[in-house]
Amino acid sequence: MSTQEESQSDAKKTPRWGMTIDLDRCTGCGACVAACHAENNLPLSTPESAATGRAFHWIRIDRYYEGEFPDIKLKYMPVLCQHCDQAPCEPVCPVYATYQTPDGLNAQVYNRCVGTRYCGNNCPYSVRFFNWFDPVWPEPLDLQLNPDVSIRPDGVMEKCTFCVQRIKRARLEAARESRPVADGEIQPACAQACPAEAIVFGDLNDADSKVSRLAGSARATRLLEELGTEPKVIYLSRLS
Amino acid sequence: MDPGRPTYAMDARAPAQARMEEVQRDLLRPLEGFSARYWIAVAVCGALVAWAGVAWAYQIAAGIGVAGIRRPVFWGFYIVNFVFWIGISHAGTLISAILRLTGAGWRKPVTRAAEAITVFALMIGGMFPLIHLGRVWIFYWLIPYPNERLLWPNFRSPLLWDLTAIFTYMTGSILYLYLPLIPDLALLSRRAAGIRARLYRLLSLGWQGTSREWHALERAMKLMAGIILAVAVSVHTVVSWDFAMALTPTWHSTIFGPYFVAGAIFSGIAALVLVMAALRRFLRLEAYLRPVHFANLGKLLLLMSIVWAYFAVAEHLTIWYGKHPDEFLVLEERIYGVFAPYFWAMVALNFVIPFILLGIRRLRTIRNIAICGVTVLIGMWLERFLIVVGVLARPRLAAAWGEYWPTWVEIAITVGTFAGMTLLYLIFAKLFSVIAIWEYDDVAHKQVHG
Repeated sequence: MSTQEESQSDAKKTPRWGMTIDLDRCTGCGACVAACHAENNLPLSTPESAATGRAFHWIRIDRYYEGEFPDIKLKYMPVLCQHCDQAPCEPVCPVYATYQTPDGLNAQVYNRCVGTRYCGNNCPYSVRFFNWFDPVWPEPLDLQLNPDVSIRPDGVMEKCTFCVQRIKRARLEAARESRPVADGEIQPACAQACPAEAIVFGDLNDADSKVSRLAGSARATRLLEELGTEPKVIYLSRLS
Repeated sequence: MDPGRPTYAMDARAPAQARMEEVQRDLLRPLEGFSARYWIAVAVCGALVAWAGVAWAYQIAAGIGVAGIRRPVFWGFYIVNFVFWIGISHAGTLISAILRLTGAGWRKPVTRAAEAITVFALMIGGMFPLIHLGRVWIFYWLIPYPNERLLWPNFRSPLLWDLTAIFTYMTGSILYLYLPLIPDLALLSRRAAGIRARLYRLLSLGWQGTSREWHALERAMKLMAGIILAVAVSVHTVVSWDFAMALTPTWHSTIFGPYFVAGAIFSGIAALVLVMAALRRFLRLEAYLRPVHFANLGKLLLLMSIVWAYFAVAEHLTIWYGKHPDEFLVLEERIYGVFAPYFWAMVALNFVIPFILLGIRRLRTIRNIAICGVTVLIGMWLERFLIVVGVLARPRLAAAWGEYWPTWVEIAITVGTFAGMTLLYLIFAKLFSVIAIWEYDDVAHKQVHG
């Protein structure tokens, strides 16, 4: 293989991580929310913190009511960071604390964040969460923290990372075994926990991956697509 | 004595020497001695500023969550105050620069009071982005300086433009206040004694009052007036871009630049008439700050009220007619929703009341002009509140809608800044003459203007 071909195949190997969420499968059970909290060391979110607008949910279930009482239909929509290709949060950060990684993740550098919160204002999906205080976990929750995920101090912004720690681990393992990362090998906590298997994660650059095939479905839409943010989370929903 | 009547000092037919002596006596009198009233004002303002300092220290120690800001209202009172104070700063520079460049004769007793407002308002306004930061102890990461991490700030961020604009404006405003102070500092150094004399002598840079010095000073002031005019317009445009560059509904508006500049000049004049009314009353400067000065500034305030109303109508009418759901919702909340009380109060305070009190000549008294100063300051504060909080509370996805109430921390810091402004002015008026003395010296002027 020549060097040129090699670099071409390398370019092909650069993944572009994306997700599909099948709204026709979603039951709104909230397992993804709980799994995310446990995996990513989210600060404790209580009814009190929710009442003061200080709760954390990297993934949340938005509810939409259709029809008039008593004939009401409830629709669920899990909303997380959409990892936009043209992310509005990125250019406004004065210190580059949020940026696009080569594999298409919208990354947040906690150490670099000074806490202007401009990114939070400019996110049309409102999926960014700010650490108003240092996080505290009551016993025994303080013993179950995930060692792969850093704890965020007060004064910094945070949000869904597509479980970057799992992506990194899978890519390192694959590199050690000199093989490509297999489709479906990486599962963010939300996808793993979903009992309806509504959430599929994978490489959008790989035309044969399950996520790519689903993203090409006629049911595919993207949230607030008209803003030109080019989200990498694709919702599947029957056009009714 | 009729306070509005020109005194001997104002009479052009009087001998120049005798007139200057009276001007100096009148304008230097406030610098001498301390009345009980002065100490009480300093103590009250000082206590409020100290309390604001305690609140800020508490916020840094406990976490910024002790303030009321919450998702989705990530920006609250601090940014409202930031825009408000940067707006006030337009009093000085713009008004004094325009009056200086157009050679308006009545500007003499107005300019220094206005230029001082600018510097103090910028000092206060410039604090707020820091108070607002989640991690203020690393605020210097926003400043472009060579560092061992080889990291630069993000020049695409409007916040960086903002920082650059405000630093430039601050530097320019201090120079612009300082230049016309130099001849008066030389005068003061001759009259004062002890440490005060040393301070004045140091600051007067060895001013002798030669013809060459006057020419150089005049040229420098003209040049700075031109520069500061351009900088002041650009600064508030850049402040507006903090909002207009964002994708947030109703912020993303091309009109925001001129709308903010007009609003800034508007609130700047309001602050100026209020400060002038206070100086006139407490420093007994009735012979200098005469009804004609208030009448002229009152007309300027009326003009800016109409300009502001024009922009406000243009801004809201297009949102209403366009009926884009995300933007229309913000408008609905303003007109008959949760923010309606603030919106209609703003309309009354910024337009209806000034239009009546300033538009009818019989009502345009010094007292009423000062009242308009107060109403416009409150009204313009509410305008910024509606733009910051009223918009952020209604993001695009309904699930994230929220509300915002300030806590005692934000209120203490806000009150503290108003006290801080008063305190700085109290100190300024005790150290320097609030009206430029040399401007009344025809001999010096003849040297300059030939």
